[in-house]
Amino acid sequence: MADVPSRTGGMGEVADVAGPYEVAPFGEALRQLARERSDIVGVTADMGRYSDIGPFKDEFPERFFNAGMAEQSAIMIAAGLAKVGKVAFAATYAAFLTRRALDFMAIACAHSMADVKVMGGSPGLVNPYGGTHQAIEDLAVMCSIPDVTVIDPCDAVELRQVVRAAAETPGTFYIRNLRGKVPVVLDESSYRFEIGKAKQLRSGTDVGIISTGFMTARAMQAAERAADAGVSCAVLHVPTLKPFDDDAVAEFAADVGRLVTVENHLRSRGLGSSVIESLYSRGQVVPLIRIGLGDRFHVCGSQAYLEQLYGLDLDAITTAVVKGQWDF
Amino acid sequence: MTRAAAAERTVAELQGIAMSLRRRMLRMAAHKGEGYIAQGLGIADALAAVYFRELSIDPGRLDDPNRDRFLLSTGHYSIAMYAVLAELGVLTDEQLETYALNGSALPMSTFDETPGIEIISGSLGHGLGQGVGMALGLRLDESPAKVVVELSDGELQEGSTWEAAMAAASFRLDNLWALVDCNGIQADGPLVLDMEPVLDKWRAFGWSAVEVNGNAMQELVDAFDALRKEPGPRAVVLRTTPGSGVPTIERRDRAHFVRVNDDEWSRLMEELEDRG
Repeated sequence: MADVPSRTGGMGEVADVAGPYEVAPFGEALRQLARERSDIVGVTADMGRYSDIGPFKDEFPERFFNAGMAEQSAIMIAAGLAKVGKVAFAATYAAFLTRRALDFMAIACAHSMADVKVMGGSPGLVNPYGGTHQAIEDLAVMCSIPDVTVIDPCDAVELRQVVRAAAETPGTFYIRNLRGKVPVVLDESSYRFEIGKAKQLRSGTDVGIISTGFMTARAMQAAERAADAGVSCAVLHVPTLKPFDDDAVAEFAADVGRLVTVENHLRSRGLGSSVIESLYSRGQVVPLIRIGLGDRFHVCGSQAYLEQLYGLDLDAITTAVVKGQWDF
Repeated sequence: MTRAAAAERTVAELQGIAMSLRRRMLRMAAHKGEGYIAQGLGIADALAAVYFRELSIDPGRLDDPNRDRFLLSTGHYSIAMYAVLAELGVLTDEQLETYALNGSALPMSTFDETPGIEIISGSLGHGLGQGVGMALGLRLDESPAKVVVELSDGELQEGSTWEAAMAAASFRLDNLWALVDCNGIQADGPLVLDMEPVLDKWRAFGWSAVEVNGNAMQELVDAFDALRKEPGPRAVVLRTTPGSGVPTIERRDRAHFVRVNDDEWSRLMEELEDRG
């Protein structure tokens, strides 16, 4: 295993950003929305600094509520605000929200179809602190709750668009939040996020990568490398895990020889599982490699280290695409 | 109804309303053959005082953004809420007859699809925190509306209740009230954890709080009048008797969920009328 530096990003930041990026896209998008709409409010649970809600809080302090180190309270407060006509963005770490505050997201928010937009920060292996902080099952958990829209955005461009779409669409959302320096991968002038729609970002015939979240950026790089190795590779980005775009996945799968799914999440009950469930229930059986995390709590370490350890790095994905091998 | 007109109601009138709520509850429980009737009878006086004296809610405009909010955090007290909503004319007596029957719009535990019900409750410990959020939102809008949350002594065992109590005091919510129904029972029988001293706990959390006999109308009215002068958030600790008004239910050891034979309900009604 190649040597990778131990230095991690700032708490919950995507580490080692090469190329263009934006700082605090969630907070910036929320601030912009709040300028346009007086019903936008923000809630956190002692993670204001580490969820990037700062730009909004600084300009609209009266609309910002810090519940303290109390995720249940934060979600109850967000639900209460929503029930008197606000659109409440509740932002803290994904691990704390989806484990501790689940009942409140399910009943106080989703069951009432309350306008609560939960921003789950530091998703998957982004967090260096190990099992306590790594939300590796958050998508599975939130997809299992009725009436929740679940989104894992690719980059800063998409995250901003998702925040706006969530504010404009009634109901409860769970959105994976990326903070700090967030890479810009998608082309702002042409990319349009739509709730429940997958987007084909690259065409190809041999292999199709289906990916979600920031793994899509890596999927694009892997596809490029695969092309250099003579393997034609398509990429389908699935930002919305629920509702799932069954039609787009079926169409995409029909045009390639085999599939590789890639996610910063448990291999089970996330994107890969959804793809299999969706295709199989239509009678479509395609050879498939599921890249994601194993059914265990994971160790501490920098994002780059962990991704290499667990086979989520560019080399491992490229090998899966080119050689059809992924042994982690 | 205006706040001023409501405040003019006499104690005797409020007692009459509480009696009417109890009658409706017994009829509902008789139809179903069972129900959380002990809790409903216990909270009847407080609900009469709150809904018919303290709250500003126009039954014809339940979507008024400036209405006062009443949150029933103990969803299984639904039988009492439906009685109140019928008393207000929001629900009909025919609707009450469907209480908790298969497919009924009036479920055993409250859902917010029912007109006049503000939150889904039943998973306990959900009411006060949402009340905090509502109070924050209403204050932000400079609304005159207040939020009154009913919760129970059993619910004090839910950590989320105390998270909310802490937040309410820290946010200095002058527009938030809590009614803490201490009836001494929970699903497994008498309170399984010692929650005393309840009044001191609320005060320690930064609330203005008083304790009253929750089945004595004069005490209830006086408590609201006294607390109104204190800074918020405000808590009224209610000492209530499960089954209050119906001696046979009051005497039951296992009052959490009452199931009696069909022929006994009429005797319970007679007991209520005798007491009244």
